[in-house]
Amino acid sequence: MKNWPLWEIFVRSKAGLSHKHFGSLHAADEAMAIENARDVYCRRNEGVSIWVVKSEHITASDPADADPLFEPAKDKVYRHPTFYVLPDEVGHM
Amino acid sequence: MQPNHKLNYLLQLGDNALILGQRLSEWCGHGPVLEQDIAITNMALDLLGQARNWLDFAAQTEGKNRTEDDIAFLRNEWEYRNVLLVEYPNKDWAFTIVRQFLFDAFNYYLHKELTESKDEQIAAIAAKSLKEITYHLRFSSEWVIRLGDGTDISHEKMQTALNELWRYKGELFKLSPSDKAMISEEIGADLNKIKSLYDQKLKVIFEEATLTIPDGNWSQSGGKIGKHSEHMGHILSELQFMQRAFPAMEW
Repeated sequence: MKNWPLWEIFVRSKAGLSHKHFGSLHAADEAMAIENARDVYCRRNEGVSIWVVKSEHITASDPADADPLFEPAKDKVYRHPTFYVLPDEVGHM
Repeated sequence: MQPNHKLNYLLQLGDNALILGQRLSEWCGHGPVLEQDIAITNMALDLLGQARNWLDFAAQTEGKNRTEDDIAFLRNEWEYRNVLLVEYPNKDWAFTIVRQFLFDAFNYYLHKELTESKDEQIAAIAAKSLKEITYHLRFSSEWVIRLGDGTDISHEKMQTALNELWRYKGELFKLSPSDKAMISEEIGADLNKIKSLYDQKLKVIFEEATLTIPDGNWSQSGGKIGKHSEHMGHILSELQFMQRAFPAMEW
């Protein structure tokens, strides 16, 4: 069991919402990963759908790159659509 | 006095779930890996919930002012009507899984049949339980295949468990007086009808698991009429401890 791969688990909590990352667990293959996810993460009525992805298939950004990747966005407030006056007829957006 | 066949029939159903649930709960904190520890104790809780429904209905059927708790915790060994298979010790994961599969396959077809019961309450409890049991069967089938068709060691352990537990399978289909009475009233499930489905299911899964179905159909029996194995007293001493030590305690 030490050589069971790690899986990332995504659960859709109800129809219409997107799958969210819930956590990770070990399983021998995808079928077992689904069953384990059902038992570990969906015992309390948390979900209606499960996705499992082998952790090794996820490519993550490097924390060391955080400055060039994310810092430049911080002073570009004009990219938020908050400088427009919405007509009342539009209601909530 | 005429035996209350319907009561005894409900006890057969409730006690199977209660005792197997108790057995599975022994794995709590001892599962082979965290994920299976949670899975097996989930199933223990499912079974306990099913036992509550059956035993609550048994208490109503009996009409003697007893509750589901009185029935679960305050009977003597010979008043329990579960089959011998469910009281068999967990031993190791292989024994637990084989016992579970032999029982789940039976329980699945039994409950499917019971959803057609003339008794509405029985049909309703069966329909509610069936969803859980469907998952139990899927889980135990997968593990039988995985370990049977796994490594040499896992295969050997599974075959040993199957050879040992095979002698408890026949009792599932042996008609007790309550089975006969309830079948004739179309309240109970016709066990002869589900036996061929059961045998077929076992054949398919064990074949895929590369396990050899043992020869012979001789079976231990007695549980359904209150004659239990030496393991039963030990289960009850743990199950009933709190109520026996502190009568009428609640939390």
